[in-house]
Amino acid sequence: MPEEPQIRQSPAILKRSTWIDFGIRFSAVILALVFTSIILGIAKAQPLEAFGSILKGAFGSTIKFTSVVASWVPLVIATSGLLFTFTAGLWNIGMEGQIITGAVFTVGAFRFLDGTGLDPIIVILLAFIAGAMGGIFWALLPGLMKIYGGVNEIFGGLGLNFVAKTIAIWLIFGPWKRPGVASGSGTEWIDVKFRLPFLEGTNLSPVILIIAIFIVLFTAIMLKGTHFGLRLKAIGKNDKAAYLLGIPTTRYFLLAFGICGLFAGVAGAILVTSKQYSLIPDAGFGYGFLGLLVAMLVNYHAIWAPIVAIFFAALSIGNTELQYIGLNSYFAGVLQGFLVLFVVLVDGIRKRLLKKR
Amino acid sequence: MELAILTTLAGIVEYAVPVLFAAIGENITEKAGITNLSVNGTIILAAMGGFVAALITDSILLGFIVGALIGAAVAAIVAFSSITLKQSQVAIGFILALLCRDLAYFLGAPYTNKPGIFLSKVPIPGLVDIPVVGPVLFNHSLVVYASYLFIIAAYLFMFKTRPGLMLQGIGERPAAAFARGANVKGLRYFYTILGGALVGLAGPMYSLAVKIGWAGQLSGLDGIGWIALAITIFGGWNPLKVALGAYLFGGLQQLGITLQSTTNIPIQILQAAPFPLMIFTLLLVNVGRAEWVERELAAMPEKPRKALTKILRALRTSPPASLGVPFENE
Repeated sequence: MPEEPQIRQSPAILKRSTWIDFGIRFSAVILALVFTSIILGIAKAQPLEAFGSILKGAFGSTIKFTSVVASWVPLVIATSGLLFTFTAGLWNIGMEGQIITGAVFTVGAFRFLDGTGLDPIIVILLAFIAGAMGGIFWALLPGLMKIYGGVNEIFGGLGLNFVAKTIAIWLIFGPWKRPGVASGSGTEWIDVKFRLPFLEGTNLSPVILIIAIFIVLFTAIMLKGTHFGLRLKAIGKNDKAAYLLGIPTTRYFLLAFGICGLFAGVAGAILVTSKQYSLIPDAGFGYGFLGLLVAMLVNYHAIWAPIVAIFFAALSIGNTELQYIGLNSYFAGVLQGFLVLFVVLVDGIRKRLLKKR
Repeated sequence: MELAILTTLAGIVEYAVPVLFAAIGENITEKAGITNLSVNGTIILAAMGGFVAALITDSILLGFIVGALIGAAVAAIVAFSSITLKQSQVAIGFILALLCRDLAYFLGAPYTNKPGIFLSKVPIPGLVDIPVVGPVLFNHSLVVYASYLFIIAAYLFMFKTRPGLMLQGIGERPAAAFARGANVKGLRYFYTILGGALVGLAGPMYSLAVKIGWAGQLSGLDGIGWIALAITIFGGWNPLKVALGAYLFGGLQQLGITLQSTTNIPIQILQAAPFPLMIFTLLLVNVGRAEWVERELAAMPEKPRKALTKILRALRTSPPASLGVPFENE
């Protein structure tokens, strides 16, 4: 499949009519809400009751809200990584597998270093580095396969997602199985001294929040304010032209994949040290796929990533409350999916209208 | 021949059917120059929708119609977004792949593990008594027989008829087809929706015939659509080779089932087995085009070079030239 221009708009149009533009964009949100309400109707649920319980589930208490922030962290990190590959015109659909590999390497490092007598803080640091390496490794694979094997990164990444999950399952049932009986619920938990401490009375570790904020700032600065970002953008617009202008495209492609994988690995390490404390088959918790949706929504504007990500995180966390009114937790995915779908469609209609005028 | 081997072979033929319809459906869509990446979600949603429709109306036929309609509707969104709005085909397809899957799991929840109706086996009298061939090919439900005709029909249509040649034209050189009076956009809409309907049929083929029932996320359908997309590439956009790819996949799945009952490998590992193979085959069919391969080949002595070039050529497949490129009437 050849590359193609992505959902991208020209800045000139943005400036011309910010308010009309905002109105058109907002209609996408309305449309998404209308359609999800119809779906709720089909499921014989009251839309207002459902949306209300999501709000309660996301912001009803300190614990719930800090859970939202804790879930925002891996999501915004995944999104930030994907903004690098998006800018280079690449579809890193293998993000989920890269997060899983990060988690695998992190748990592996803890298993290896536990009992060496090293200071726990050093061990945690080394485990994070291992996780980052795992993510980079798994992200370079689709990059190398694309450049040297002609395999479209979408299919390479997809396949590698399943392979990463399979490796995790193999470890859980095989070499890393719990003493006694192996179980799909995961490996043995890492020692308490390796778990990142939460703020008093919350579900949030301040360390991961600081990492996330650092990564968000790093991404915004790199993509908006450096030569590197500009060149990456040039490659994304037209890689052949960029190559003729003297940009080493192969190196930049691999760099974009590498940075994305680095962030994925860090997200995997964060999930191990502050959420799951073990390796489970779904060690990526779907953050890679969700990150792709957020990255499509923010449409190259790194500034918007944290805001959209907090909204998506609130939906995902608040959504668990729905079980009390007899609905399952796939609802968040439905609403998030409709939202991105209508943003893309409405954006297309807007461009068409502006062109005709 | 031993009964077990015959049963396994018959299982391969049966398991390949939904993937075969989905992959050839996608083949038709891509021939027209459009990539419909939503296949994975479409199959799951159509499997749920078809199952529920058949359950409520007590009609298998309606179940299949609903499945096809779901596929056509999703494809219509893809067509509108990529042909009329010229938005990214990858983006819209990927969004729909996730959305349809979650929709299926959300709306299908009340029908999980409900006993429903399903297509029964109809051995073809006479043919089923042929040794070996009979039990393998002619002791199935109607969808399996339909698949034999479908492969041939799709091949003949694509390569031997005028509309089929036109289909290739709008995917290869749309401007030339337009100059000859073809309604490129209209045809692209038509074939995207037709291909989508065929992908949609794969859903009820699972839930009503091959993997009977609806079990939510435990139905084991997640991932199959991505394989179908890979099979389309593997088959080089030729229905005959695509069908071959589907049978290979059916063989792998059947192998998984056999291994699972004889060893204690976790089922999840067996389910993932086709994916490394998918990456490997994609490497095989694509690597011949890579620059470094050509460089290496040029540096080789004549004999191995000729042999290797031959092998790589035979494996190589190339997509329709205008796949993914929007078309504008000038």
